[in-house]
Amino acid sequence: MNFPLDALTAVSAANPWTYVVFGCIGFAFGFTLESAGFGDSRKLAAQFYFRELTVFKVMFTAIAVAMTLLFGAVGLGLVDFGHVWVNPTYLGSGVLGGLIMGVGFIVGGFCPTTSLASASTGKIDGMMFMAGGFVGAFVFGETESLFDHWYNNAGYHGRLTLDQVFGLPAQILVPIIVVAAVLLFWGAEQIERLVGRRDMSREPRWRGVGAAALVAAALGVLVIGNPSLEDRYAKLSFKRTEAVKQPDGKTASVPRAYGADEMLAKRLAFVSPAEAFKARYQQAIKPVYLDVRTEADFNLYHLADAVHVPLARLDKIVPDLLSEPPANTVFITIGNDEELATRAWKLLVASGVQNVYILAGGVNGWIAAFGADDPGLKPLPGAGPEQLRYAFSAALGDRYKSCAPDPRHHEKLAFEPRIVLQLRRDKSGGGCG
Amino acid sequence: MAGQGSFFRRPEKAYWHPYLAGAILGVVLFLAFALTGNGLGSSGATSRIDAALVDIVAPAHVDRTPYLLKMAGGDRNPLDDWIVPVFFGALLGGFVSGWFNGRLRFQTTKGPQVSDRTRWTLAFLGGVIFLYGARMARGCTSGQALSGGATLAAGSWVIMLSIFASAYLLAYFVRKLWL
Repeated sequence: MNFPLDALTAVSAANPWTYVVFGCIGFAFGFTLESAGFGDSRKLAAQFYFRELTVFKVMFTAIAVAMTLLFGAVGLGLVDFGHVWVNPTYLGSGVLGGLIMGVGFIVGGFCPTTSLASASTGKIDGMMFMAGGFVGAFVFGETESLFDHWYNNAGYHGRLTLDQVFGLPAQILVPIIVVAAVLLFWGAEQIERLVGRRDMSREPRWRGVGAAALVAAALGVLVIGNPSLEDRYAKLSFKRTEAVKQPDGKTASVPRAYGADEMLAKRLAFVSPAEAFKARYQQAIKPVYLDVRTEADFNLYHLADAVHVPLARLDKIVPDLLSEPPANTVFITIGNDEELATRAWKLLVASGVQNVYILAGGVNGWIAAFGADDPGLKPLPGAGPEQLRYAFSAALGDRYKSCAPDPRHHEKLAFEPRIVLQLRRDKSGGGCG
Repeated sequence: MAGQGSFFRRPEKAYWHPYLAGAILGVVLFLAFALTGNGLGSSGATSRIDAALVDIVAPAHVDRTPYLLKMAGGDRNPLDDWIVPVFFGALLGGFVSGWFNGRLRFQTTKGPQVSDRTRWTLAFLGGVIFLYGARMARGCTSGQALSGGATLAAGSWVIMLSIFASAYLLAYFVRKLWL
């Protein structure tokens, strides 16, 4: 079982029960918020006058608990973090939007979800806040075009997480945050005692036990560590359809899941030079050619627009590849033959990068397909595996004619299509984010 | 009337302890991530419901407005998103918790010095401001601070600090509303 479950990453009318699952999650959410007292604006506002720090305690406990469970499950290999939605970072609109939200919070006395818990229990101010919310969201939609460029670009850092910011693994950062949270809770109780004049001796004893358990669990996350790339590779599954002969003689396409090694053995992960070339001119696909060979070979000859990332450095760019590429980006790894590119493919797919393929036959195969008549290229007999099988008149890089074949000469190229776009969930304007 | 109650007016119970409520909320948030890959949220549903209404009244306007276009352009149904069932689920969950714990009643929660009318006006105004900011930041206290906080999203932590910074800075000047 691979979490998160594919069937549940989005609601769909084809699976009506997905609505039920999300409805139940929302139900638990609303029930908890109401039970915490967040239907009452006084309880929320008291946070900002240091009388009662319930908002801080509830929110930060929730963050610490969810974080510990999540990264523990990721460490055990139960949950694939690459498929967990991480809000992309937009510093510009995030900071200004946050400051505006703070104003709305102290003036209105609610935040959006707490206003739901309030309105649904009959609080008239909660209903007013909700009604105002519909107006505010509407006005935003109408005015967004005035600052569209700023909104979508200012301080954009994609899928950026704090462990990347601080250069610490998440397994170390989680216990640090949890310990900090416990210290802050202690501080919050001192503030409540001094400013709110609350009698803290009446607080339950179990909260100390709970804090100790939470810290212990967070240290467990540290001990568990991260699943190795091998473990993640072994758990991969790719969805494809397979043509199956029916009893009545017709063929039907049946959905099937393949493991990573099966994808290689059945050559489903290999794109022919023809398909790799045609991908450039297909509106639906944005191919990125990742050339993983040595610099010397890259300088001798490479495909037009190829990006040079030697295999040894490939792991360094994985975070960039993961951070919100356009949904239709397809990565094609390229070696001289297939061995090097296959190793690159294994590394990328195990790291959670989607839509990765291997150029079948590598650069040698490409030249055989498009550069046979190129006078600057001479076949070089006796070349070993993963070596260029051609002699080059000069290190022209991508300035050989066959590096960017003329599409007009190749309108009718036959190939068996292998690329199946795995669409990422589009969150633009959706989610709470 | 304390003690006995009717179906609609059950005896009122105390709120959960903050740490207990937080721990339960954390488990709910974790389950949401583990099962669906998505966190919690609600403000996205507000703009999606808005978009659905605009799409009914003025579909051509949707296709001219970039922000609405992404949600409701062409034959896209803006309500076809996980956030919408979460939104209605939260409304129902809040209601059931309120009923179960005897907290269902029409009332206005406000500071001692303001009238009901002032409180309603400011709640409405606060809603307008909050949701404008929430859409700008691509999420509210749930979708950004809570969900993004738990996944260590850098931008979400910045947003969380921004929300509390501006609320704390402004709190002194509007203290008549609450104290």
